[in-house]
Amino acid sequence: MPKRLASSLSYEVLEHVFSFIQSDKDRNVVSAVCKSWYEIERWCRRKIFVGNCYAVSPKMVIRRFPQVRSIELKGKPHFADFNLVPDGWGGYVLPWITEMAGAYPWLDEIRLKRMVVTDESLELIAKSFKDFKVLVLASCEGFSTDGLAAIAASCKNLRELDLRESEVDDTSVHWLSHFPETYTSMVSLNISCLGSGEVSFSALERLVSRCPNLRSLKLNRAVPLDKTANILRLAPRLVEFSACTYSAELRSDVFSNLAGAFSNCKELRSLSGFWDVVPDYLPAIYSVCSRLTSLNLSYATILSPDLIKLVSHCPSLQRLLVLDYIEDSGLEALASNCKDLQELRVFPSDPFDAEPNASLTEQGLVAVSLGCPKLQSVLYFCRRMSNAALVTIAQSHPNLNRFRLCIIEPNTADYLTGEPLDVGFGAIVEHCKDLIRLSLSGLLTDCVFEYIGKYAKKLEMLSVAFAGDSDLGLHHVLSGCESLRKLEIRDCPFGDKALLTNAAKLETMQSLWMSSCSVSFEACKLLSQKMPRLNVEVIDERGPPDSRPENCTVDKLYIYRSVAGPRFDMPPFVWTKDEDLGLRL
Amino acid sequence: MSTPLEHDYTGLSETSSVERSSDKIPSSSSSSSSSTHPNEDKTTRTSLNLKGIELRLGLPGSQSPERKVSLFCKDLESNERSNGFAVSLKNLMSGAKRGFSDAIDGPNGKWVFPMNGKSDVELAKGAILASPRAVLEGKNKLPSGREVGGLPQSPKPVQDKNILVRSANEHSNAPASKAQVVGWPPIRSFRKNTMASNSAKNSEDAAGCLYVKVSMDGAPYLRKVDLKTYKTYKEISSALEKMFTCFTLGIQSLACTYIYFNTRYGTAAPMDLLYGESRLMDLLHGSEYVLTYEDKDGDWMLVGDVPLDSKSNEEMQEPELMQKHVEDDKQIKS
Repeated sequence: MPKRLASSLSYEVLEHVFSFIQSDKDRNVVSAVCKSWYEIERWCRRKIFVGNCYAVSPKMVIRRFPQVRSIELKGKPHFADFNLVPDGWGGYVLPWITEMAGAYPWLDEIRLKRMVVTDESLELIAKSFKDFKVLVLASCEGFSTDGLAAIAASCKNLRELDLRESEVDDTSVHWLSHFPETYTSMVSLNISCLGSGEVSFSALERLVSRCPNLRSLKLNRAVPLDKTANILRLAPRLVEFSACTYSAELRSDVFSNLAGAFSNCKELRSLSGFWDVVPDYLPAIYSVCSRLTSLNLSYATILSPDLIKLVSHCPSLQRLLVLDYIEDSGLEALASNCKDLQELRVFPSDPFDAEPNASLTEQGLVAVSLGCPKLQSVLYFCRRMSNAALVTIAQSHPNLNRFRLCIIEPNTADYLTGEPLDVGFGAIVEHCKDLIRLSLSGLLTDCVFEYIGKYAKKLEMLSVAFAGDSDLGLHHVLSGCESLRKLEIRDCPFGDKALLTNAAKLETMQSLWMSSCSVSFEACKLLSQKMPRLNVEVIDERGPPDSRPENCTVDKLYIYRSVAGPRFDMPPFVWTKDEDLGLRL
Repeated sequence: MSTPLEHDYTGLSETSSVERSSDKIPSSSSSSSSSTHPNEDKTTRTSLNLKGIELRLGLPGSQSPERKVSLFCKDLESNERSNGFAVSLKNLMSGAKRGFSDAIDGPNGKWVFPMNGKSDVELAKGAILASPRAVLEGKNKLPSGREVGGLPQSPKPVQDKNILVRSANEHSNAPASKAQVVGWPPIRSFRKNTMASNSAKNSEDAAGCLYVKVSMDGAPYLRKVDLKTYKTYKEISSALEKMFTCFTLGIQSLACTYIYFNTRYGTAAPMDLLYGESRLMDLLHGSEYVLTYEDKDGDWMLVGDVPLDSKSNEEMQEPELMQKHVEDDKQIKS
């Protein structure tokens, strides 16, 4: 226990003051002021965020922060979402749970992303944490309904169970029925990733009816329309709801039941789901549309005319996720109706077709950026772009903080001039001074990286694919972007020189991913030797990198800083240095 | 052959007369794969030649080892060389196109046509490669293989996700239309799987019919059948037989004429071969024309298989690509 401080503020006072400081960054700064503040701070830190589960070991976390109540861990690199990280790479949560089970009996929140969670881990959570409240498993895998049953049965105070986009194996266990009849605490339930066999309607209805605090409910797509209305009537205070299958043809009794149920929900602000929706049913939600702030239609095959009608009923919309069926005309309608729009994501309905199946071009995005002054976050898939459009967007939106553009065909030039899109993206980084996340696409030379290095001083995450001409591109980014934390690169001609020259920079970043680039195994070895606090992982399923000439390029490279040293759970296709400074095979 | 010729990977360079026409091929032929050829002896190469252009029928899923599949794949299209020769071959052998690789399920490359729970179907004697595809919406050509059969997807789209994606990627060197790059465009597997089940459901429920493209090795165009009109495999098999009988006979004669032209008109320019055989057909059998169109996959389809409604109109969105091919009906009767 920290000593009493005679001549300065007492421990209790400081602790009280620190309790108002929630952000990790600020807490880290506070703990660096002096030794006593470090001591006080570490005893009262309650929330931990670990962006890379291999950057630190659970024992180290527990040693420094003995009284943690909430932990968030992320495992696999972001490109794992696109199948670039082979199965079995890692990201196992069990070692963490095992350590925390002993050290943090009062842990009540666990949030995981891209990690491998097993039933054993879930059972351990259920057994070890008496007051467990929040479990979020985002894009996780490795567990089944058995594990969920364990959580349901034991966690009497569970408030939040969110399985967004995870892969759950179906063991035919009716896990929902494992919530005891006395359980009434659910506030947020997201089971939208589950298949139809994994949810029993009657158990669901009983659960919903006995949880008066339920505010967020995201069901899976197998719940039919009439059940949807029933469930809505049982939970009229919902704020977020994921709507279910609307695949039946229009029946007026079902329609009016549904419309009535929706109109009951005065606090509804966010709707999603809409798989298989039949447009004729859409008017059933019109009663709530005027209050909606978030709408996720990105799985709905609704065409532009119906989308325009829907959107015109939603003037308060702040967040819209939609497919390219919305077309330029729909985005123009959005721009004129939804002046509060902050986030727009447009996904491709048919990404693998060379021909566009919807009339969505860069014009739609330009219309939205000109019409929606509060736009901050953009994710846009399209098939053509021009520098002029990007410049317009940049100049009209200096407050953009996330800009991700994906032009579907790699190396697509400006369709008006045939030139690379360097100037356009350059304008984005120059004008949007608060940009923290950027994804590039299209035909790009080293010039764009020069602009990025020069202007993107607040950029934290950069994704690059099929771009650049030479090492100079990578060098510009590594030497110029001061706030860079995560850099992910694929299929670019970046090689050893830029990497080795900027080796020190890599320790200031969370991670670097490079796949299908031109980095040699020799350079990886050198980097490992030079930088002991970096884990340099060569991921190569072709066999030991030693079996190829040293100047042969590696398939995938993942470099991250770590105070935990090399990990011990690597699969056979990952090579890294071992203690003897040789490269482990 | 005293001068070291550019070896092209099709194995058609040197020896036979046909290949002397490839002297005209620009020297920018792909040298990397050809480096495997230099030590092959002449006879092998000759036999490879003829095998390479021979029109043959194989069972579904089989790959004739001597045949250079790449002859018919995108490699050939992307290299402008061999020009008319390759093009004419392609037109004739469009059935061999492995553009259906995204419908392959399973890493061993077997064609899977799940219907009524079966996963392997031998549809008929002779080579009929079934390409199940949800064609009416025809929206998604995802490498996840989820569309196989276009039938309602199991509620566990994600179980086999990794295997399916990887196997599709393993075969992605074959598609005739375009290469599919791993992980591009950057769309999460969850979304891909969901959209795949979306479109399968939509097209099946909405239309009440299940159109499937059927191609036969060597046939000049493909056909479409509505699987829902058949109740048993036997019915399907006999229907397909009827559909393709004309080709069987035609093709055999075509093969003969081809070889004939090869040896007799050794130095004929590639285009002449095409005109030559159609002239021959005219002479021998009288001519009849059928109407075909090129669909969005790049396959030539016989007009009329799909009833003319809004959905099939989507398919025939390439009006300027209509062409006429020669077909002979009389042969069926005889």
